[in-house]
Amino acid sequence: MEKITALSADEIAEITAEASHYEQPQAASIEALKIVQKYRGWVSDESVKAVAQLLNMSPAELDGVATFYNLIFRRPVGKHVIMLCDSVSCWIMGCEGVGAQLRNKLGIEFGETTADGQFTLLPVTCQGACDRAPVMLVDGELETHLDEDKITAILANQK
Amino acid sequence: METPLTQNIGPGKLPLNLQEYRAAGGYRAAHKALLEMESKDILQLLQDANLRGRGGAGFPTGMKWSFVPMYKDREERPKYLVINADEMEPGTFKDRLLMEGDPHQLIEGIIISAYTLQAEVAYIFIRGEYQRSADLLNQAITECKAQGLLGTNIMHSRFNLDIFVHTSAGRYICGEETALLNSLEGKRATPRAKPPFPQVSGLWGRPTVVNNVETICNVPHIVNKGAAWYKSLSLTEDAGTKIFGVSGRVRNPGAWELPMGTPVREIIENYAGGMQDGYKLRGFLPGGGSTNFLTQEHLDLHMDYTSIGKAGSRLGTGTMIILDDKTCPVGMVRNLEHFFAQESCGWCTPCRDGLPWVEHILTEFEHGRGEIEDMEVLTRHTHLLGPGNTFCAHAPGAMGPLESALRYFREDFEAHIHSKSCPWTGIRGSHK
Amino acid sequence: MVSIEIDNHIYQVPEGSNLLQACLSLGLDLPYFCWHPSLGSVGACRQCAVIQYQDRHDEVAGDQRDEQGRLVMSCMTPVSEGMRISIDAQNARNFRADIIELLMTNHPHDCPVCEEGGECHLQDMTQMSGHTYRQYRGKKRTHRNQYLGPFINHEMNRCIACYRCVRYYQDYAGGHDLQAMAAHNHVYFGRHEDGVLENEFSGNLVEVCPTGVFTDRTLSQHYSRKWDLQAAPSICVHCAQGCNTSPGERYGELRRVVNRYNSAVNGYFLCDRGRFGYGFVNREDRVTQAERVAEKSRESVRESLSRSGIRDALIEAIGPGKRLLGIGSPRASIEANFALRELVGADHFSAGLNNQQLNLQQSIIEILRTRPVRAPELREIEQADAVLILGEDVINTSPRLALSLRQTAANLGSKIADQLRIPVWQDAAVREAMQSDKTPVFIATITATRIDDIALKTYRDKPAGIAQLGFAIACAIDATAPFPEQLSEDQQNLAQQIAAVLKSAKNPLIVSGIGCQSQAVIAAAANVATALANRNSGEELQPTNLFYCLPESNSIGLGLMTSDEEGGLEHVIERLESNQADTLIIVENDLYRRLPPDRVERIFSSDATVIVLDHIKNETTLKADLLLPAATFAETEGTLVSGSGRAQRAFAVYVPTADIRGSWEWLSDMLALRNNEEKPRWQQVDEVTQSCGKAIGVLKGIADAAPDADFRLAGMKIARQPHRYSGRTAMLAAVNVSEPKQSVDPDSALGFTMEGFPGEKPSALTPYYWSPGWNSNQAVGKFQEEVSGPLRGGDPGVRLLEASTEPVKRWFETTPDVARGQGEWLLLPSYHIFGSEELSALSEAIIERSPLPTVMLTPEDAKSLGVAQGDGLTLSVASQSLSLEVIISDDCPKGALLVPAGLAKTAGLPFPYQVKATREIGWTRRLEVNILVSDKGTQR
Ligand SMILES: Cc1cc2nc3c(=O)[nH]c(=O)nc-3n(C[C@H](O)[C@H](O)[C@H](O)COP(=O)(O)O)c2cc1C
Ligand code: SF4
Ligand code: FES
Repeated sequence: MEKITALSADEIAEITAEASHYEQPQAASIEALKIVQKYRGWVSDESVKAVAQLLNMSPAELDGVATFYNLIFRRPVGKHVIMLCDSVSCWIMGCEGVGAQLRNKLGIEFGETTADGQFTLLPVTCQGACDRAPVMLVDGELETHLDEDKITAILANQK
Repeated sequence: METPLTQNIGPGKLPLNLQEYRAAGGYRAAHKALLEMESKDILQLLQDANLRGRGGAGFPTGMKWSFVPMYKDREERPKYLVINADEMEPGTFKDRLLMEGDPHQLIEGIIISAYTLQAEVAYIFIRGEYQRSADLLNQAITECKAQGLLGTNIMHSRFNLDIFVHTSAGRYICGEETALLNSLEGKRATPRAKPPFPQVSGLWGRPTVVNNVETICNVPHIVNKGAAWYKSLSLTEDAGTKIFGVSGRVRNPGAWELPMGTPVREIIENYAGGMQDGYKLRGFLPGGGSTNFLTQEHLDLHMDYTSIGKAGSRLGTGTMIILDDKTCPVGMVRNLEHFFAQESCGWCTPCRDGLPWVEHILTEFEHGRGEIEDMEVLTRHTHLLGPGNTFCAHAPGAMGPLESALRYFREDFEAHIHSKSCPWTGIRGSHK
Repeated sequence: MVSIEIDNHIYQVPEGSNLLQACLSLGLDLPYFCWHPSLGSVGACRQCAVIQYQDRHDEVAGDQRDEQGRLVMSCMTPVSEGMRISIDAQNARNFRADIIELLMTNHPHDCPVCEEGGECHLQDMTQMSGHTYRQYRGKKRTHRNQYLGPFINHEMNRCIACYRCVRYYQDYAGGHDLQAMAAHNHVYFGRHEDGVLENEFSGNLVEVCPTGVFTDRTLSQHYSRKWDLQAAPSICVHCAQGCNTSPGERYGELRRVVNRYNSAVNGYFLCDRGRFGYGFVNREDRVTQAERVAEKSRESVRESLSRSGIRDALIEAIGPGKRLLGIGSPRASIEANFALRELVGADHFSAGLNNQQLNLQQSIIEILRTRPVRAPELREIEQADAVLILGEDVINTSPRLALSLRQTAANLGSKIADQLRIPVWQDAAVREAMQSDKTPVFIATITATRIDDIALKTYRDKPAGIAQLGFAIACAIDATAPFPEQLSEDQQNLAQQIAAVLKSAKNPLIVSGIGCQSQAVIAAAANVATALANRNSGEELQPTNLFYCLPESNSIGLGLMTSDEEGGLEHVIERLESNQADTLIIVENDLYRRLPPDRVERIFSSDATVIVLDHIKNETTLKADLLLPAATFAETEGTLVSGSGRAQRAFAVYVPTADIRGSWEWLSDMLALRNNEEKPRWQQVDEVTQSCGKAIGVLKGIADAAPDADFRLAGMKIARQPHRYSGRTAMLAAVNVSEPKQSVDPDSALGFTMEGFPGEKPSALTPYYWSPGWNSNQAVGKFQEEVSGPLRGGDPGVRLLEASTEPVKRWFETTPDVARGQGEWLLLPSYHIFGSEELSALSEAIIERSPLPTVMLTPEDAKSLGVAQGDGLTLSVASQSLSLEVIISDDCPKGALLVPAGLAKTAGLPFPYQVKATREIGWTRRLEVNILVSDKGTQR
């Protein structure tokens, strides 16, 4: 097999370890993409090809998987990814207002990244924290009971 | 009141480590099961206990397990146990509680269940955002391996088991058990046709059982204390306790383990503290976003599979979402249908192309652009996307809130049409 | 059979089938999308819904009857005794109308400019399901399209997400570079990135896609609607597989080739060479006029001839008393070859192959005729339960066979499904249950092949090693078979393993061919097959299925009319050089593809006059003293015999222009001229066919391959032009405002008209499938006995070879490997589906996919020759010298140089051959090494 240069040794080691949990290496595909994303922020076409080769899949097969799932980013994202829950409980508790504040403060729409590359703002589905609504994830960390003050504080902390 | 599932869980309390869990009586059930009981005894026990699946459908767990072929020879095709920890149903936050609160309880449940099913590998399929749960479970697994509770020849029982945590990447449909299997195989998470059921041909075509986290967490307690005890926990026919939750404009949103069959009113008023000041309850979804609305007249129903089912809804996940009088019901349904349209896997026509249409119409309503014919189109979809008409239960689930909203809140829909605006937000219709 | 009730009628249907298939087999109309007869059911589109009732109508009293019923997807519902269903019930109709309305919410209203229009399954089903007005007010989603290469257009906005494309492409055809992407109503079917669709069967997407997402790019370059295409039943001319096709013509140009269903042969699918290789017919540089060399000394000066000029020239060349020699061709029809043989006399007729090719071909025929082996049809091949491929790179030499072998490998699924009680048509479930369990397939070839992924084991070696392995397998099955010497331990172990599998199989299959250009390989395959046939001694002899891949469309047909004695081209050279002939007539054969140039020159430098009949310009036609324009398969009738010994008739699609005539017609005239007869020897092609059948015993059956020219239905012929062939009266309005007279066709029961018998025709005379409400190719269902069964009245074609039922204990003896000379390399062929075959290689779309001439060798050999990837290597092959670019690969036997066969630069090379090789100084690199993505992804 050709040497896979698009992936680091660490990535390859982690992916290979995951793949050993299954009858078929392909089962590690989602985890592999997440590993790449952990190191690089997003999954490029080149990464798709490299991971595919590692897992004995074709790039198309892997991309069919990569594009299916929400949390795999096939386009570059900012340094921090903010994902605001827009599902029902958060909606009842005012997530639209929170979203407007975020858009306002960051100067971007959902799906966009700030010009300085600091923040990407995305909507996300119910986070299973409905009792603490509205909530959002900032780089994977759950922030609850959001209101304007809290958002100001969180954004300031991240800079 | 006994709360076996949450006995080790409390606000601000860190989850027990292996030693602490053992000290609290943990792994006694596993020990008993693996060393003193045979597969068929445990199966019988679960059937007697009348444990029903907590993932939403309420299917009797013992019966589900009984469809798995039992082997005489260990060399036959491998079998798998898969734990459904996807928990992406809007308004649901109970499995998170169990995994973050007491990971060893789930592991113990898995050990007993896998032993019963003769499965030597189990996967916990967990949604991607539940990183903390995944970390805690992995930690628990590591502890168990070190203590001979996982791996080969567990507790010298000659039973082997590996548990792997598989984190997902965000798609509600992964919770549907056959889509989950495809996802676990590293494929697109489209559901599979049933039959064949996973118990016959599941993960990689092997016999496989998929159960919800909460379901499995019940297993050690049933083994410890028996079927009669388990049934006695409940106020009604459906056995055991259940984790109920409430979200929305209540004073004290949260989740509590209560006897199965606790009345709705009691949960909302006693535990969730009743409605916030200035808000009145107009309706509620009893068990997550895919259940049908119930209204004030249903507050005295018992929260169990049978009673809620009779009232035209489903117990679902048992976590309620409250619609208050200051929230637009049409907007709430629009929010839900947006979720379901976006989370459709795209495999079957009615769901893939019907839900976006429904969402589009509801969005038009919210903007004061609804038309009277749209009511018919919405109603038509509630039938068209009903059970049996779509490939899996995703779309029928999506129709639950819509169908019931059209029934209970019809005047609100019509008000949007007649006033060409949303009575709650005041947004007026302007034709694009 | 079980009895079921559909809309108050009782029907008998086969047990175990699904309801949709049962209804369609009964001739009932029921719409569907995701189901396809060869892809099975997945229940995705929900279009095929019917109502199922709980009880049987006649058994339950009125008021207790279930009148509401339950909606079920017919494709996912097994039939069962006593079930009652309704297609017609209002709730079923409403549901289907709602579904189609949903499918159409995103579908653009671009039928007028869509190439699928007029043969669109979506149009048909929309009509059938009754959706007319749209209520949806939202916007439609739009997609970006991809460049998919020279064969296929992509227009994703038309997609209705039935998933057929990916199921066909991945699951059925084994492709890896087309996938479903994204989710919900954004699902997208495409490649990871723009680029050529790599699978060799991608063209079937055009027919599998029920709407206009994947369309034929070669057709778009000269587009015409299905209803405007004049068509005829035809046979693919690009290998010996004999796939049935339906080529379509408009304005004197061949516009496309589509599949013509034949349950025994190609079923629903063609390979891309067969579908897109037709461009040679339309080439501007085709031979359209008779020409002769004006001055004998200057060959390049040519003049075209008038009718009388031709006659005079012919009388001069072949008149009474002239001594003639004829060279036939395996790419010409039986009739053309036979007419030539009649003209020159059997003793002076050459098959047009070099000695080696001739010997290989003749020994295959000998084996098929005298041993207890049966050359199977593709459908039988798909049922084998163990396969050995010996020496043949099937996907490149007999492509369609490779697609069938993929199904053979997958047929174990039906066994596993049985065990788990999953109906076999539950496609996704069966594939999941079988995982990687496959019917055992062993592939022994010179180099890696693109179906290696279906193999349990692969083996790579030079032809001699492959043959040895084969001999060892035969010997392991039947100890009386000769045991090869010099067998390595690995070979021996592998041989034991393969032998054990084959021996225990009920229905084993051996595939071989002339790809290795090795007598020993062919013999080894025959030994294995013979040993297998003998293995159940005492019981009734069961012939073994043995298929030999042959390169040209009529290799077997020609072989059956040739005897060894007449020799190959080398013999012709001898005769010409000893001045035994005045005139040489070459029919549809480029001799430069058969022999090295210096040898061919000897033919043309003899004193004999050379007459060439052909349709394409090539080195040979350039050298002709007299060149006569011959018709292609699309312009004349003829019979071709496939590799399974199946005689099939191809009919002219349209009337050729100018002086073009079928080779048999030219030869028929020439016979008259030579014998001073008034009229041509044969007036109709049927007469040639019949004479041939009478003259050559083994060909007796060919006349029955299709009804003859006198055949009529209710006194009528059969129309080649569809019912709605438009603008017939105006087609030539620029030339002539009155409608020109329709051409008559004396040669067949088909007419070049719209007029003809409207009802069901014999399958061999059905030019295309069309049925009320079914404008797409799915109409074929209406012509089958049952879904995927034979065409009503039988599939076209007549088998000429049947297995001998005599046990045989004769063995081919093994031959030891020839020692390699000092400093010599073994020149071996590699084949390319696009490029190695003569006719398709002249078609534009195929040219885009053809490889450049290269030479492949192992890293160690490259080292010893001092060459690196991209360097040039000069090969001295006999008197010829040839420089090629180097590719280094482990997929090559040691000591061998692998060169693509059949490319312009490599066509006449002898294989296998001992050559000398040296590094070329000053070579400029031309190639980007391009490994197919799908190969990369699945390196095992
Ligand atoms: C669209 C859809 C989403 C689902 N999501 C979940 C889920 O997140 N967690 C879960 O346990 N079950 C979910 N289910 C139910 C599962 O399919 C399955 O019934 C359950 O995991 C079985 O476990 P149980 O018998 O223990 O309840 C979902 C079902 C559907 C149709
Ligand atoms: S109902 Fe159909 S499209 Fe929707 S999630 Fe299920 S299978 Fe997918
Ligand atoms: S044909 Fe698509 S669901 Fe039956």
